[in-house]
Amino acid sequence: MARRPFTPKVITANALLEGDVVYFTAADVWTRHLAEAEILTDEAHADLRLLDAARQADQVVGPYLADMAEGADGPQPTHFREEFRRTGPSNYFHGKQAEH
Amino acid sequence: MYRYNDFDAAFLAERNAQFRAQVARRIDGSLTEDEFKPLRLMNGLYLQLHAYMLRVAIPYGTLGSAQMRQLAMIADRWDKGYGHFTTRQNIQYNWPKLPDVPDILDALAEVQLHAIQTSGNTIRNVTADHFAGAARDEIEDPRPVAELIRQWSTDHPEFQFLPRKFKIAVTGSPRDRAVTRAHDIGLRMVRNAAGEPGFEVLVGGGLGRTPMIAKVIRDFLPKADLLPYLEAIVSVYNLLGRRDNKYKARIKITVHENGIDTVREKVEARFAQLRPLFSGVDQQMLDGIEAQFAPPAFRNAPVDLFEAAYQTDPVFRAWADVNLTPHKAEGYAIVSISLKKHGATPGDATSAQMRVMADLAERFGHDELRVSHEQNIVLPHVHKSDLPALYRALRDADLATANIGLASDIIACPGMDYCALATARSIPVAQEIARRFEDMKLEHDIGPLKIKISGCINACGHHHVGHIGILGLDRAGVENYQITLGGDGTEDAAIGSRTGPGFAYDEITDAIERILMAYLDLRSDPGETFLQAYRRVGADPFKAALYEAPAEETREPAHA
Ligand code: HEM
Ligand code: SF4
Repeated sequence: MARRPFTPKVITANALLEGDVVYFTAADVWTRHLAEAEILTDEAHADLRLLDAARQADQVVGPYLADMAEGADGPQPTHFREEFRRTGPSNYFHGKQAEH
Repeated sequence: MYRYNDFDAAFLAERNAQFRAQVARRIDGSLTEDEFKPLRLMNGLYLQLHAYMLRVAIPYGTLGSAQMRQLAMIADRWDKGYGHFTTRQNIQYNWPKLPDVPDILDALAEVQLHAIQTSGNTIRNVTADHFAGAARDEIEDPRPVAELIRQWSTDHPEFQFLPRKFKIAVTGSPRDRAVTRAHDIGLRMVRNAAGEPGFEVLVGGGLGRTPMIAKVIRDFLPKADLLPYLEAIVSVYNLLGRRDNKYKARIKITVHENGIDTVREKVEARFAQLRPLFSGVDQQMLDGIEAQFAPPAFRNAPVDLFEAAYQTDPVFRAWADVNLTPHKAEGYAIVSISLKKHGATPGDATSAQMRVMADLAERFGHDELRVSHEQNIVLPHVHKSDLPALYRALRDADLATANIGLASDIIACPGMDYCALATARSIPVAQEIARRFEDMKLEHDIGPLKIKISGCINACGHHHVGHIGILGLDRAGVENYQITLGGDGTEDAAIGSRTGPGFAYDEITDAIERILMAYLDLRSDPGETFLQAYRRVGADPFKAALYEAPAEETREPAHA
């Protein structure tokens, strides 16, 4: 079966204490801002970075690779789920959208 | 209302202390997430899209004012000032922080509330008719029995690891306001030929991926046999239920695969073994519980104030016509408070609104509130002479929307705005539909209508039993909404049928409008409800309106 080409990704998870959405940076720390996330374009490297992220299981819950497009302002969600995760709920101005 | 005894209080204190230690060990790293997750779920704590979510059980939906005030305090102190009331008579907090949860659980325990068994493969919060103890059509208040079931099922050692979650609903009225036919076990109080009250027992109902209407396993079960019979059903399911496939693990599949007759035989055999083991202590307990549910001292007073307001104030009258239900006591009414103001999030109440409702229950409602499975709040016992004052107070708190049972009284699950399992959003869809019908001023003309929305196949928003059901799906990374018609959650329960291809997010409100315009055209007279019309003419005219009408013309009649 033909494999689909690897598309850019970031590592994301929920913070252990607050539960909010966090992203893994190139400096091995977690950020609240998608723009600061490390963008991963090579599959083997992405898998290794996910292992690095998973070692910080005392800080986060459920790290995974999320699809992104590379934009001028950093990674941009390609799926509406990741868009909502980076923004917050649509019924109230709560969550990430209220933190800036 | 049921009051905890010393045993109950000590049990909760111990559970909370245990969980506090578990949270501490997760935070200091001595527990992994894999180890911690089942422990937090046992205490109702989920991790959702943007935050943790704590689900608190409100047993059979009954609350006192002090409990409601405590829910408001928790919303202010540890959350964002509001709570979400759900279709299973729970309240969910959407933003608690992990280190605070033990304190929240302690605050709940102060008012005899908890989050135990609000998650996991166990017997969940027992739900009941939200008009229990007040409805004019009631045979008996079903809540003492629901409380007995709660005591039996809470921490029941044999039933903590069932094949899947297990939901029981009870109604004491022939009119089913508890959706008993869509539960794992539904109990409908009936009378036998001798006039004695007992239960018709239904099993194998459920929504979700494979929606099914429950089947009758016993026409008449004497009240005294209830616990041993329930124990027999759950233990047969515990053995027979499939554990190989999560999607086939519910009792509805067990009943479907084995047949109701086989299940009944096994249950009756198990019941014969179990019955002698129940020595009657459960019945003594039930007597004690029943005494605690004695009806309040209803007063005998004139209703002139109500009549005068009803005759002179058309706004009050519109509210009274829609939001009141006949009460069993002379001069009283059941008040439904809508948590569905047009454009608001269905089921949400702010802490200020919770306090207002608590105060009003105390002043006018014998200190009682209910959470309905339709995500509204009920004051079950209000004397009619108090209604004008009650109405004014509700209006001042933005709680006087006159839409109970109408198009904008929509059930919506949290959907993709909160829920980690969601495939699309539900809340904004409900908000937009409600606003549309508010703008069109048509919902009173349309009359009784149940629109229900779920953000994924799990069907938490009951869409299968909505007259109009909406299911949010992910179609190649885009939100898409499928419509079902003809569902019914009452004693005539039915699963709705799909109309055809789904609609995009920005098309769904127009689609619902087209269905309702078609209904207004084809109903035989203004008294024929949407559901009656659908049952008379079938799906075709609605499908035609949905799929064949040219897009530009469809909006015309609405604004003509
Ligand atoms: C936001 C967190 C929630 C999660 C993760 C969740 C999860 C689920 C899952 C997995 C199912 C399917 C279970 C199965 O078929 O075995 C389900 C069903 C259901 N949930 Fe939820 N739910 C959530 C919120 C709610 C809310 C807010 C309500 C009420 C508005 C609700 C009420 C129900 C109901 C009525 C069902 C269908 C019961 C049945 O299968 O018969 N849930 N839920
Ligand atoms: S129906 Fe799906 S999206 Fe909605 S609350 Fe249930 S699990 Fe979440």
